[in-house]
Amino acid sequence: MLHAIVEPGFFQSSSVQLGALIGGIVAVVAAGVGVFTVLRGQSFAGEALGDLGAAGGSSAYLIGIAPLWGFFLVSLAAAGAMELIGIQRARGRDLATGIVLGAGFGLAALFLYLGTIDTSTTGATVTILFGSIFSLSSSILPLVLVLGGLALGTIALVYRPLLLSSVSPDLAAARGIPVRLVGVLYLASMSVAVALSAVTIGAILSTALLVGPAATALLLTARPGRAIAIAAAIGVATTWLGLLLAYDSYYWPHRGWPVSFFVVTLVLIVYLIARFARARR
Amino acid sequence: MFSGFMVNAWLVATVVAIVGGAVGFFVVLRGSAFVAHAVPNGSFAGAAAANLIGVSTLIGLGVFSLGGALGIGLLGRRGRHDVATALMLVFMLGLGALFLGFSVEYAPQIYSLLFGEVLGISNNQLAPTFALAGACLIAICLLYRPLLLSSVLPDVGRIRGIAPFAVELGFLALVALATTMTVPVVGTALIFSLMVGPPAAARSFTARPGVAVALSIAIAVIVVWAAIALSYQTNWPVGFFVGAGSAVVYALGRGWSFAVLRNR
Repeated sequence: MLHAIVEPGFFQSSSVQLGALIGGIVAVVAAGVGVFTVLRGQSFAGEALGDLGAAGGSSAYLIGIAPLWGFFLVSLAAAGAMELIGIQRARGRDLATGIVLGAGFGLAALFLYLGTIDTSTTGATVTILFGSIFSLSSSILPLVLVLGGLALGTIALVYRPLLLSSVSPDLAAARGIPVRLVGVLYLASMSVAVALSAVTIGAILSTALLVGPAATALLLTARPGRAIAIAAAIGVATTWLGLLLAYDSYYWPHRGWPVSFFVVTLVLIVYLIARFARARR
Repeated sequence: MFSGFMVNAWLVATVVAIVGGAVGFFVVLRGSAFVAHAVPNGSFAGAAAANLIGVSTLIGLGVFSLGGALGIGLLGRRGRHDVATALMLVFMLGLGALFLGFSVEYAPQIYSLLFGEVLGISNNQLAPTFALAGACLIAICLLYRPLLLSSVLPDVGRIRGIAPFAVELGFLALVALATTMTVPVVGTALIFSLMVGPPAAARSFTARPGVAVALSIAIAVIVVWAAIALSYQTNWPVGFFVGAGSAVVYALGRGWSFAVLRNR
């Protein structure tokens, strides 16, 4: 029975174990940060940070450092640029994001182009854009832990002011909360979460883990603490199930379907079920 | 620079810039930059699917961009619009990853789908591009007044009998149409930059919608021409120059409106 669902060797494979471990950590971090992304209506910013992370990942290949550093540093810089142009106002926020994204996309094109010309690593484009959870190296585990801890630590530190300024910026400002500073800190943690997701499911799909589980959780409960817990559970479950299905798919036609496809599809299905259940109630 | 194969590049890029500048005006007006990013980017899966089953890329792009636009419209109707857009986008990209995994040769193809291949446009791509561009511009003319009214003053529009949801769907279909014609030629990144940078710049120079549309088209055409010329000289990807150029014109527009506000 078990063998019909889990192909042999799944639990013994060390690359699966490492992928599951890092994927689990990343899903928890993304869920903690993502609930606020949805509350603040900043999905586009998250998506943009992921795409720009692709520029970072490709330039990291170009100069020969771990892509995670590229993802992280560039998303952080992009978050700063968006903040500077004016992401703090709801009006014009999409525009600021769009301009930074457009420029960054151009840079991604350039770096991927230069990277593939110079080193002819044709696989680099695919790895950066769509992730490669099965081929992670265990050396990035400490970095993942530190960055994830940093992101969740920041959120925990500013939890209450962040919540208030997400739900009602005016009220938060009236109570003396430095709304802009809180926004900057939040944007920084979001860029960390996006960079981490980029490692597991790829730069341009990282929004799925950030927004999907969190949006589903917020459909099920209105309490933010509980929403974070539910989102983390959904994120970890979809990542692990995606990993399992991708492992099994080596025995399916076309062999080896991408992990990110399964994760993203599962995230969407869970969200649709939640929407449907809510509409029925 | 103007000989042989380059003629097609100039022609098509100009048409793309005109459509991008015109559609982009409404993208900026409605604050729908995310949708303008999501539909072209997601339609990339359509191109990959078309490659896989061996039909024309245009059909794949058309089906996926229309399907994605409809999905965003329906899912976003009740619920958070940005979440619906994000989830539709990543789902389509995930499908794209799957289809690419199925086909044998991929890295350069992904690259040209995402960032365009404007310098390699064949003659038989011209006719469908021009036809779709014509359809796009006619649709803009037909939708112009209701779209404008419903974007600026949704309540007045509703009183006058314009259903906001119908207008939203019409607008999404317009973005999908523009996407279908542009992506095979210039890639997903380029059209998005054109739909945001030049219109946003145009809006800071003038408040009159008609003038803004014309100005937006003009700026888009200039940006694209400059990008092709630079790309021809340096051999770097066109998408890079278009993205950078759009950001520069936007910065100029912002600087202009800042200066005007100060002198008052």
